[in-house]
Amino acid sequence: MKHRSRTSIVVLPIWIMLGALRVVAGQAPPAQPRPAAAPASATPSTPAPKRPASRKAWVPPRTPWGDPDLQGVWNDATSTPLQRPSTRAGKDVLSDEEANEFQQELAFELTRDRRDGGPEADVNRAYNDHWMDARRLKITADRRTSLIVDPADGRIPPLVPLSPERQHARAERAAANTRFNAGMPYGPEEMSLPVRCIIRTDSPPYLPTIYNNDFQIFQSPGFVVIAPEMIHSARIIPLDGRPHLGNNLRQWLGDTRGRFDGSTLVLETTNFRADDGVVFQGANPASYKITERLTRVGRDTIKYEFTVEDPTTWTRPWTAMIPWTKIDPAEQMYEYACHEDNFDIVHLLSGARMREKNGEGKR
Amino acid sequence: MRNQSRVMIFGVTGAVVAVGLTVATAGQRTSSARLFPPYTAPRLADGHPDLNGLWQAFVTANIDLDDHQAQSGPHPELLGAYGGWPAGQSIVEGGEIPYRESALARKKQNLENRMKVDVSDDKKWHDLGDPEFKCYMPGVPRATYMPFPFQIVQGSSAYILIAYEFASASRIIRMNWKGDAPTDSWMGWSRGRWEGDTLVVDVTGQREETWFDRAGNYHSDALHVVERYTPVSPFHLMYEATIEDPNVFTRPWKISFPLYRRMEKDVQQLEFKCVPWTEELLFGRFRKTP
Repeated sequence: MKHRSRTSIVVLPIWIMLGALRVVAGQAPPAQPRPAAAPASATPSTPAPKRPASRKAWVPPRTPWGDPDLQGVWNDATSTPLQRPSTRAGKDVLSDEEANEFQQELAFELTRDRRDGGPEADVNRAYNDHWMDARRLKITADRRTSLIVDPADGRIPPLVPLSPERQHARAERAAANTRFNAGMPYGPEEMSLPVRCIIRTDSPPYLPTIYNNDFQIFQSPGFVVIAPEMIHSARIIPLDGRPHLGNNLRQWLGDTRGRFDGSTLVLETTNFRADDGVVFQGANPASYKITERLTRVGRDTIKYEFTVEDPTTWTRPWTAMIPWTKIDPAEQMYEYACHEDNFDIVHLLSGARMREKNGEGKR
Repeated sequence: MRNQSRVMIFGVTGAVVAVGLTVATAGQRTSSARLFPPYTAPRLADGHPDLNGLWQAFVTANIDLDDHQAQSGPHPELLGAYGGWPAGQSIVEGGEIPYRESALARKKQNLENRMKVDVSDDKKWHDLGDPEFKCYMPGVPRATYMPFPFQIVQGSSAYILIAYEFASASRIIRMNWKGDAPTDSWMGWSRGRWEGDTLVVDVTGQREETWFDRAGNYHSDALHVVERYTPVSPFHLMYEATIEDPNVFTRPWKISFPLYRRMEKDVQQLEFKCVPWTEELLFGRFRKTP
């Protein structure tokens, strides 16, 4: 009785998390839908509806108190990368045939289902593959080559010149990552925030990852709440027009204010904590701002767009769009505990100490 | 739906007027609930009472469900009065938790070990220490009387969310859900239904490792909790939980206390992400030494 069902809830493929989450978001992908069925469309946006849609505009349902109704469980998995790969430069939307090839390439990289690395690599790949969300292996139905829609090249804009302090902090972080990847982390704080179970993909922007790409949206009069499955923090968003928290009250997930612009839910988030890794790709939490727009464009689809701006990090704002697809209500959200059974953090640290004892990792 | 028992009304002047002292549905109103004048909560479109809001308990049961005197808390030589814990009265109906004789030793052991941790062996990971001490999700009902607010989000879907400030824990209440908990979890599997104006939540599938308080009161994986949330004023919910666990207790027992609506202008739930504060405690011994 004592050790029953310990396994199903926790667990984090740590090796993958480090690479795939916020540190190297260049490869991160999202979106789910049914690629084959979609007619070619020049505009990068929503997947085609299941039934041949009439030309009539979709009228989104409303809650009894009059807000556009976004309630439900939604999934944002896709293999389409955040940034357009150089192999697809100049091509924002693919033909059917090209899309098929692109999808296969991406799935190969994501699943690691291959035998070219010897037994040890094979075992590592198999472990990570166990967690793979099948929806994560398909590109978006609109066959885009990047989730980024602006700038037009599908790439994160260049950095502005960074202050010496920030350059130093980035170098420190890179050195810690190198130690971690070599199996030699010094202490817990050298690991990424997701590995430490502090924040995971529960912080905006929501980008697809290996698993737990579900989001349940709750609404009540005056509030929208987004509960990502990736960790148990619910993001409670007031819609009553109140001001942001004071400048000295900063949070891991920032502070979000929402409003409806027609049928679009517009979320503005500021007040991020200054801790390393809290905002996207080492941007500057003090000047970082993210604006998300959620529009229900069909019964089963939300168009999720986000714009990130930080004039002390990037030369210009940039925007990405990820379709969210409603999942069968029978497919429930489950609790994602993380810290409670974070065995890996001990394994990684004690493994590193063992390696040191054996004389590994000496410079 | 509005037939809850009319018990007493407190006149403005302080005079107490008894109005139709019915006991027919008295089960719906706990003894504490009877302290409030009759009340009918505002409704949502589906006709059920609107429980939305930011709520908080003000009992000190997280220290000890039973009567407890004021105490210094750990390490007064470091923490002084900052570390002190307030006194509090029992919230247990009848005043005593009905432990099985054989189960009491474990409670005492928990108390002695509440601030010890050892995560060097996966299999013994949870053997020592109060889960709160380690920043673990607190389980139900403890989450309700942690000294932090929680928000109830009730809309027009078949799900009600409760989001707690402590450790950013949350749980989904599935209304009229049929079937058992699919697996164990820290916050359990919550199935809700309405009984008149009371939201009744049946919670099973809780991990056995959660505790009820810092005093080491505990349960097994057979824990079954039935919670009742009843609006008794625009600013109060009466909370009641019946706790059943035949492995540990001789009979079901009950706790109850009011929840208060947080009323500050623009008040909102903030973050209490305590994980970083436990890293040295849990993992420091595996750190590289110079």
